[in-house]
Amino acid sequence: MFADYSSTELLSIFAMQGFAGLSLFSVFVLMAMGLAIIFGQMGVINMAHGEFMILGAYTTYLTSQFFQTYMPGLFAGYFFVAMVLAFLISGALGAFVEWAMVRHLYRRPLDTLLATWGLSLIMQQAYRSIFGAREVGVELPDWMMGAFQVSDLVQLPVNGLFVMIIALSIALAVYLLMFRSGWGRKVRAVVQNRPMAEAVGINTAGVDRATFALGCGIAGVAGSAFTMIGSTGPSSGQAYIVDTFLVVVFGGAQSLIGTIVSAFSISQAQSTMEFFLSGSMAKVLTLLTVVIILMLRPEGLMALKIRR
Amino acid sequence: MKQRNHHTPARGRRLLAGLAALPALMALASPVTAAPATAEVNTTGLAVTDDTVKVGILHSITGTMAISEIGSVQAEKLAIKQINESGGVLGRQIEYVQEDGASDWPTFAEKTRKLLRQDKVAAIFGCWTSASRKAVLPVMEQFNGMLYYPTFYEGLEQSPNVIYTGQEATQQILAGIDWAVKEKGAKTFYLLGSDYIWPRTSNKIARIHIEKKGLKVVGEEYYPLGHTQFNSVINKIKLRKPDVIFASVVGGSNVAFYKQMKAAGVDFTKESPLLLTISVTEDEIRGIGGENVDGIYASMKYFQSLDNANNQEFVAAFKDAYGDDMVIGDVTQAAYLGPWLWKMAVEKAGSFDIDKIREASPGIEFKKAPEGYVRIHENHHLWSKTRIGRAQPNGQYEVVYETKELMEPDPFPEGYK
Repeated sequence: MFADYSSTELLSIFAMQGFAGLSLFSVFVLMAMGLAIIFGQMGVINMAHGEFMILGAYTTYLTSQFFQTYMPGLFAGYFFVAMVLAFLISGALGAFVEWAMVRHLYRRPLDTLLATWGLSLIMQQAYRSIFGAREVGVELPDWMMGAFQVSDLVQLPVNGLFVMIIALSIALAVYLLMFRSGWGRKVRAVVQNRPMAEAVGINTAGVDRATFALGCGIAGVAGSAFTMIGSTGPSSGQAYIVDTFLVVVFGGAQSLIGTIVSAFSISQAQSTMEFFLSGSMAKVLTLLTVVIILMLRPEGLMALKIRR
Repeated sequence: MKQRNHHTPARGRRLLAGLAALPALMALASPVTAAPATAEVNTTGLAVTDDTVKVGILHSITGTMAISEIGSVQAEKLAIKQINESGGVLGRQIEYVQEDGASDWPTFAEKTRKLLRQDKVAAIFGCWTSASRKAVLPVMEQFNGMLYYPTFYEGLEQSPNVIYTGQEATQQILAGIDWAVKEKGAKTFYLLGSDYIWPRTSNKIARIHIEKKGLKVVGEEYYPLGHTQFNSVINKIKLRKPDVIFASVVGGSNVAFYKQMKAAGVDFTKESPLLLTISVTEDEIRGIGGENVDGIYASMKYFQSLDNANNQEFVAAFKDAYGDDMVIGDVTQAAYLGPWLWKMAVEKAGSFDIDKIREASPGIEFKKAPEGYVRIHENHHLWSKTRIGRAQPNGQYEVVYETKELMEPDPFPEGYK
C-alpha cells in the first residue's frame, strides 16, 4: 500500500500515526485512572464511572456558558476553571454516593455492581431531564482548536497535546499522592490488610470515602478534557465504559502502573491496526488479543503480590 | 385523581350544571357539514367515534435514541394539532396515544401490539432506527396496522403496512454523488461510516454508482457505534488524498469525528477534501458545534433554510410551539408529513379502514409539504427532490443545489436483488 508514496510522505504519516497512538494512550490513561483507583484500591466496580465523566463534561459546558455570558473577556482561559470545578463537583458527588450507597455494600461486590449500574441509569435520566436528550455543543476557545503546523503534512492537534499534558499531570499527581504521601500510605495499608490498618488507628471509613471521591473527581476531569474530542450527551459515558474496563482489567486490577502499561499497549495496538485494517476489524483484533492474554494471565499484566 | 373527590355540595351542584351544558356546547362547536356515520367509515373496529379518532405516536423518549427521536414526536404532534384546528379528519378530531419505545427494539414491538390490539389506533406515527422498524414490522403486518416511518433509511424494504416518508438510500446518495462529480469535478472518494446496516448499504450503493462512472473509491471504512477516536483514519485520509469524503457516521461519533478533523488541521471550507455527508442534519450540528462543520456538504431532501412559503410557515409554527431555539432537521420534517399524508389518504378513501387507506395512498400529493411537494409512489415511498446544503458556522445549511425533477424512490436498486 505504500508503493505510491515518497519517503517524506511516509515519514510524516508515521510521525502523525505515532502521535495518534500517543494521544489515544493519554485518553485511555485519563479514562482508566479514576476507575483503577476505585476498583484497585477498594474492590468496587463502579459502573457509573462513565456518568461521572459526563458530569465533568456538563460542568465544563455550564462553565463555558457562564463565561460566555458574564466574562467573555476571560473565555480563552475558562477551560482551566472548568477542570477544577469538574474535579470538585464529581468528587463531591462521589463522596455522597459512597456515604449513601456504596459503603453499605462493601462486602457484596455483585450488589455494588448492580447498585452502581442503577446509579448510572439514574444519572443518565437526570442529565436527560436537566439538559435535554440532545447532545450539547461545548464551545472551545480558539487556541484549543488549531494544530501546530510542523511541516506540510505533519500537523499536531493542539487538543491532542493538551489531553496528553493533562493525562501526564494527573498520572504524576496520583503517583505522588499514592506513593509519596502519608495519605497514600494509609490507602495502601487499607488495601493490603483492612483489619490491621484499622487496628493501628487508620480511619478506614474515611480513607474509603476519600478514595472513592478521588476516583470520581478524576473521572470528572477526564470528562471535562473529553469535551475537546468527543460528544457531551446524557448517554455519552457509555461510549467510554467498555474501553475503561478493558484497560483496567488488562493491566491488573490492583496496580496503577499496570493500568498505564496496559493503556499504552492497547492504544498502540489499536491505532496501528486501525491504520492498516479497518476500524471495526482493529477493535475485534485488539479485543481478541486481550482475551487471549487474559486467559494465560488471568490476573492481568501486573499483579500485586499480596497475601490474602 | 380519585382521592380528590371532596367537593362541597354547592360545588358539586355547579359541576353538575356545567356538565349538563356540555352537550349543547359540543353541538355548537361541531362543524356545520355533518360527518359521515361512524359505521360507514370504520368497518374494522378501530377506535373511531362520531367525533374523534385515535392514533398512536411511538418513539423513544428515553434512552440513547431520545436525542434523535424527540424532534419527530414534536413534528407529529404539531401536524396533529394543525389538522385538528382545520376541522380534523372526516369531521373527527385526532386524539393521540403516545408510547415510549425506550430505545429498545422489543419494547417497540410490544408497544405496537398494545397500540393496535388494545387502543385500536387507526394509524401509528413512529419508529426511527431501522432496527426498531424491523422489530415492529411483523406486528404491523399481523394485526394489519398502518405505520408512517419518518427516517431516511437503507431501503431494501417495502411493506403494505408502512408508508416511508423519509428518503430511501438511492434518492439521497445518487443525487449527492452526481452533484459532486458534475459541479466539483470529484474523481476519487473515501467512504466512511458507522458500522451497521444503514452506512454499509449506503456505501454499497455509493460504490456501485461511483464505479459505474469509471471513478475510484480509494477507501471504505466502518467504525463501531460510539467510537470516539478517529486520528488513525484521519491520517489515512490525508495519505490517500481523496477528492470527496463520503460520510455516514452517526450519533455521538459524529461529534468526535468532526472535532478531530478540525483539530487535525482540516479546513472544510477549502474543500480539499470536500466532505459530503448523508447523516448530519441541523439537529446533529447542535451537538457537534457549527464552527466544527463549517463548509461540509449534506445531501438530503430537506433543510430548515429552504426558501418557500410552505416551509416558512412550518418553521414559524414549529418555533411558535416549541421555542425559538429549536432547529428542524430532515427527519423532523419527514415526521411532519406523516399525519397529513394519512389524513389525505383517509379522506380520499372516505374511510379509516386500513385496506382502503392502502389502496388510496399511491398517487396522493401533498402540495403544502415544507419540502415543497411530495407524492406517494406505488412502492409506498415518496417522490421527492434531493438538495445539497453547505453548512454555515451558525449551524444552518445553505441550499446550493436541488435536483430539477423529483427523485423516484427505488428501494430495491440493481445489484441487490
